[in-house]
Amino acid sequence: MTAALELRRVSKVYGSGATEVHALRGVDLAVYPGELVAIMGPSGCGKSTLLTIAGTLEEPTDGEVLVDGIEVSGMSRNDRARMRRRSIGYVFQDFNLLAGLTAVENAALPLELDGMPAGRAQGLGLRALEELGVAERAGHYPDDLSGGERQRVSIARAIVGDRHLLLADEPTGALDSVNGEAVMRLLRGACQRGVTGLVVTHDAQLASWADRVVFLRDGRMVDQAVPAGAPGAMLAPGAAP
Amino acid sequence: MSVRHALLALLTERPKFGLQLRQEFESGTGAVWPLNVGQVYTTLQRLERDGLVESEDADIAGPQKDFRITSAGRDELTEWLRTPPESVPPPRDELVIKLLVALRVPGVDVHDILQTHRRHLVGSMQRYTHLKAAAADDVALALVVDAQVFRLDGVIRWLDAADSRLKQFPLAGPRPPGAEVSPDGDRMVEGRR
Repeated sequence: MTAALELRRVSKVYGSGATEVHALRGVDLAVYPGELVAIMGPSGCGKSTLLTIAGTLEEPTDGEVLVDGIEVSGMSRNDRARMRRRSIGYVFQDFNLLAGLTAVENAALPLELDGMPAGRAQGLGLRALEELGVAERAGHYPDDLSGGERQRVSIARAIVGDRHLLLADEPTGALDSVNGEAVMRLLRGACQRGVTGLVVTHDAQLASWADRVVFLRDGRMVDQAVPAGAPGAMLAPGAAP
Repeated sequence: MSVRHALLALLTERPKFGLQLRQEFESGTGAVWPLNVGQVYTTLQRLERDGLVESEDADIAGPQKDFRITSAGRDELTEWLRTPPESVPPPRDELVIKLLVALRVPGVDVHDILQTHRRHLVGSMQRYTHLKAAAADDVALALVVDAQVFRLDGVIRWLDAADSRLKQFPLAGPRPPGAEVSPDGDRMVEGRR
């Protein structure tokens, strides 16, 4: 199976000489269609750099990034921008919605920027809002929406149309635990319907929604976790961890 | 975990027999808290001896014997619900001891030890979270799983804090044999033994 996203020996160095900072050091990572992967690590470990490079917003100093098996560095600037608009969606902690656009206009924006007629784009935007359970808020502006609703709109924007690679940076950071859980449930649901998800976080509870948790330390992938143990047995009286 | 009080609570709805109590206990805890039938009957016998439940006919035995809660049983249940859980002295936390020991063993990378435990705990947390994800409407299961997830999260956060602290004060890391040892460090480890 071709990975939806693959990083091969990716390194990133900022500055030079005495001020040189190695943000990523030889990272190898493959994320497959329908998989939800969390990158977990403390502040400054390189996880946000990894996400911006995975999203082709920034170029690595060394190594390769492949989206759907196609090497990004071989693309022209225009092709890369088109691929970003059509394939990759971003979800940020602070939502990044445009205040002057309604929920459905925000959700449809990547399609309109890609040249799709507004009517058709907003039809697909509405369908994405329906998937996220916020279609009834389609005509409202971001300021009229709750935090949880804003994040649902931003996820709708990330998966609108044929976009199938979703990159999220601490997507529940601005939400309470109930809304945060609802957002992770929706992200997981989107991945079960075929979207590929990569979430970076320092929060173990958020990471635990993922199929695989990759640990990043000082720019290196040091380890990974998959679901372990038998909860039924661990919850037996007197056996609490 | 008080099976005794959970059974009293189930009997506040109506009289029930043992097998029924076992089924309702398990479904009420999201089917993740197994209870054997012998434990149910032993507990019911003790509750009856203490006057907290009574059976319709004390002479009848067997699985169809109905038990009902008494007014003393209701008082006991109300009192238990409002009593704070017993506060326990700081536990001899095995993970804390492992870390303190690791600091004294030459050649051991404490950050690697911390990561080994972090991976294990995150893996357990994933298993619980996925259980909750698969049963969106089961509130009882979500409550039980949340309790476990928050406990695990507390330990993971302690591991993260320990990792940062040991990076900030690298002298506290592995020491070569014969290196000078701070008296405080010695006392801490001694106190845990």
